Parts: sequence; structure tokens; C-alpha cells
Amino acid sequence: MKFAIMVNEGVYQHQATDSAYQFAKAAIEKGHEVPRIFFYHDGVYNASSLTEPPQDDRNIVSRWQKLAKEHNIDMVVCIAAALRRGIKESNLAEGFRISGLGQLVEAGIQADRLVVFGD
Amino acid sequence: MGVEMTEATGGIDFEDEESGVVKKFMFVNRKAPYGTIYALEALEVVLISAAFDQDVSLAFLDDGVYQIVKGQHTKAIDVKNFSPTYRALEGYDIEKLYVEKESLDQRGLTEADLLVDVQVMSSADMAKMMAEQDIVISF
Repeated sequence: MKFAIMVNEGVYQHQATDSAYQFAKAAIEKGHEVPRIFFYHDGVYNASSLTEPPQDDRNIVSRWQKLAKEHNIDMVVCIAAALRRGIKESNLAEGFRISGLGQLVEAGIQADRLVVFGD
Repeated sequence: MGVEMTEATGGIDFEDEESGVVKKFMFVNRKAPYGTIYALEALEVVLISAAFDQDVSLAFLDDGVYQIVKGQHTKAIDVKNFSPTYRALEGYDIEKLYVEKESLDQRGLTEADLLVDVQVMSSADMAKMMAEQDIVISF
């Protein structure tokens, strides 16, 4: 099955981003596909290259990057949501791309399921 | 189509987008219009979805019913009053607006307090409506 994923909360503050990651990882391990993950609302902070968590904690940003690279996942950050929160090309983590909300709607149309992680 | 929002739509050219797939999208609004940005950003998704020729509906429940209450005045909190946008949805062919009756009742509201034409339904009927959707995005 093709799962599109939407992440609506920021890093570390909220469980949503961890749940989304665990879900994506588990789905892929079970043989499903995750063609695209769309980051919206505070979820855009998942794509900040400036994130520096303590050494003994999980690194949410690099964890996404590794998963996406290994499984060819298109990680898209909403441009309007990103710009109003100070995420732009200059501090966008590698592996993410900035685009529009149409990418979310398109992902919903093309995937078998769209799974939303948020508050 | 005539909708020029290339950047916002993610560079997708609708003239060439002839996949013909029409899915039932429901946007579920559960939060108050001010206090958090969920309602405003939800509305941005709804407007973009209109450009994709999908079967779009909106549901309002819990504090989300306050999003479409008449007479919103936001000057004192220095936040834009975006409620007039709900009236513009009709122009985007988004006319399926569903409101949960229990949420209105719990807040002492009636259909007459709302700024757009809606269909008020019980939570049981709302659940049925949700079960019929292909895509449900909750904000």
C-alpha cells in the first residue's frame, strides 16, 4: 500500500513527529511504500538545519534525512507555513524541499491512504 | 481551471493534470479560530484543494464551530479576522459545509449564529459522513 504522511507538529515539543517517524519506518519494514511526507503547521520545524538536540537524545531531523535517503521519500515542506516560521532555503536541512500545498493534495490523490499526525 | 497559484499549488500545472481521479476530501475543523493558527492554515489547504477538482467538504465540530460564527471582531488582539473567507468558499465550488449539532448545542449556538449556509447534523450522521470519505484531514 502507498501511504502519504502529513506531519503537523514541531520537533521535541510534541509526540506527533515521533509517531509519524515510527509509523513511516514500520510501514516500510512491512513492505509498504511511503512516497511522500508533507510537513505543515509547526511541522515545518522538522526541516530546520539549525536543530541541535543534546547528544544523548534522538536527532529528529537527521533521522528523517536517513529514512528518506534510504527509501527515496519525497519530504516536502509547505512554503507559506515555512516562511512565516523562518524556515527558508538557507536553513533548510538536506533531503527536504520547499513547495506548495498542492503537493499535499496531490499526495492524497495518488496514495492509497493519507495519514495525519497532529494535535 | 483559471486558477493561478503556481507557487502555492506546488508548481503543478492543472492544464496538464488530467489524471481524472476524484476523491472525497473532508477537512475537519475542531479548534477555535484564534489562539492557535490551525484554523487559518486549514483554510489555506481548503482553498488550494479547490484547484484540484476534488469532492471537497468541510466539517465543523467542537470549538471549530466558532470559526464560522457571525460577528468576529479581532482588532483588539491584533490578529486578522479571516472569517469572511468562509463566505468566499462558494465561489470555489466548495459548498458542502457540515456542522455537528451537539457542538452547537453545547455552546449555546444555533444555525442562525453562523455566517455561511451549512447542513447541521447529529454526531452519528457526521460519523457516517466521515466514514464515506477517501481523505480526512483534521485540524
